[in-house]
Amino acid sequence: MTSLHGLFVAAAARHPDRVAVVLPGRGEITYGALDGLSNRLRDRLHAMAVRPGDRVGIYVGKSIDSVAAICGILKSGAAYVPVDPSAPPARNAYILNNCRVAALIVEARFRAALETELAAQGPLPPILGIDAAGTGDALARALDAEDRDAPAAAVATATSEPDALAYILYTSGSTGKPKGVMLSHENAVSFVDWCSEVFDPGPDDRFSSHAPFHFDLSILDLHVPLKHGASIVLIPEERGKDPQHLAQLIDDHRISIWYSAPSILSLLAQFGELPRHDCSSLRLVLFAGEVFPVKHLRTLTMLLRRPRYFNLYGPTETNVCTYHEVVPPVPDERTVPYPIGTVCSHLRGKVIGTEGETVRPGEEGELCIAGRGVMQGYWELPEQTARGFIVDPDDTRWYRTGDVVVEDAGGIYTYRGRRDRMVKRRGYRVELGEIEGGLYQHPRVKEVAVVATPDEEAGVRVTAFLSVREGALPSLVEMKRFAAERLPLYMVPDRFHWLESLPKTSTDKIDYQQLKTISQDRS
Amino acid sequence: MATTDEMVRAVKAFILDEFLPGEPADSLAGDTPLISGGILDSIATLKLVMFLEEKFGVVLAAHEVDKQYLDTLDDIATLLAAKQR
Repeated sequence: MTSLHGLFVAAAARHPDRVAVVLPGRGEITYGALDGLSNRLRDRLHAMAVRPGDRVGIYVGKSIDSVAAICGILKSGAAYVPVDPSAPPARNAYILNNCRVAALIVEARFRAALETELAAQGPLPPILGIDAAGTGDALARALDAEDRDAPAAAVATATSEPDALAYILYTSGSTGKPKGVMLSHENAVSFVDWCSEVFDPGPDDRFSSHAPFHFDLSILDLHVPLKHGASIVLIPEERGKDPQHLAQLIDDHRISIWYSAPSILSLLAQFGELPRHDCSSLRLVLFAGEVFPVKHLRTLTMLLRRPRYFNLYGPTETNVCTYHEVVPPVPDERTVPYPIGTVCSHLRGKVIGTEGETVRPGEEGELCIAGRGVMQGYWELPEQTARGFIVDPDDTRWYRTGDVVVEDAGGIYTYRGRRDRMVKRRGYRVELGEIEGGLYQHPRVKEVAVVATPDEEAGVRVTAFLSVREGALPSLVEMKRFAAERLPLYMVPDRFHWLESLPKTSTDKIDYQQLKTISQDRS
Repeated sequence: MATTDEMVRAVKAFILDEFLPGEPADSLAGDTPLISGGILDSIATLKLVMFLEEKFGVVLAAHEVDKQYLDTLDDIATLLAAKQR
């Protein structure tokens, strides 16, 4: 089996002059140039004492520089750890410190705040600082400057065994701290190969890259095109929620394969003024990360009639593990969401009941997934890893998704809900416990409980119930700002309700069921 | 034509009514961060833009639908004043 970066190196050798990555309005880079730039980074990382098996952090805005950073880190044999540039520096410092990065690539605008946070937690790792990221020039200049001081010797690209880590993606953790999902080269390559089989990409395809790189949707956006000599059209974070801009981008850049969370496609359908744009280049529209409200999916399929639509499902721990083609038209009377579909060919699925027994089709149970795409575990969390799997007597490791599904007679799964306190918001996993952990830091907050209730418009509405220690209630604006300073924006609750004290069950635990009822009554 | 002060008052009332029901008016100052402070999410920002366009007859370019131009009431006032000229 080749490594994940081996797929890219082979494509670069076949298509050196094709465009690998486009940063709209700024520039582009060919496969040959991206291969060269990432080789230089590989050599520099080696000079900075990075070795196969290490981790290297990326704290850089979405850019050609950050794509080159991913390729260069993989070539060095290390795993890449991308953090969310829009998240609070303290959270990112926690992640980088938690997985003990051997080196760090940081864009200048984030550096001071990160160093302050990191210094508070331990010794600083070696840092390669780059100026404002964009077309790859910032990374090249940083490498030039380092080479002037001491040239980096050329080293070989690592071969990376199938079980070597390719990347660690941190997701929301129920204990209030993010947890690192460890994914190997075999995990990544088996997924990329499955995409090749189902979506038949070629060098003429142009992929949208909407998801940020710390989000697992980016694995498809980046590594599938890089295998096939296709082009990646980067959509920077700050433009990713502007539907008219996105519609124009599909038109201008002749995007052929779109992949994003449904919330973005809902925005495009409602506010994108799609009929004013030429979207005839689109052949595939892929979505994942949350349930697509049928109302908006219907609108989208009526506005864009040419592409095929696929609902992809899977947690970061497995990447996509089931898929379902939605064939328009979406009937007017349909209100229930589409199924998550059948298990991908590189994986196996089963549905279990509360005792761990396999349940029959038609019965609800928890979806479990085994096979080459399933993660190795959570970084340095052996207990959580053990809880996440069921191991059969023949050593088959089944990852417990925590998602409750029903299988029909044809092997098609339909999603029913969650077993625990995780929700999907704007495509992101959010542990309600992590929001509570953030709000508890407010000095006047005595008790917090966060509940999520379904909402037709937004998919899910997050409500925080709080009680105060003493004195006047903090204002809504104050609480929202407080939350936004400690949590990613997609975790900031929609509503805050102050109560004298939170309702309790007979065992003196917070009564979440009662809070959910209150939350629904007030919406 | 409305003065900038009148426009800001109307925008503030819209944000309070629409997104911060029950919130006292004085908790929203000219420099309160709306987008980066978690008060307006992406859908709320689009609703605000539609309100600005309808109410004041201005047209916002795609790149202006961004926290650089819309993050505070002061930013919005600056943008509207520039549009009215």
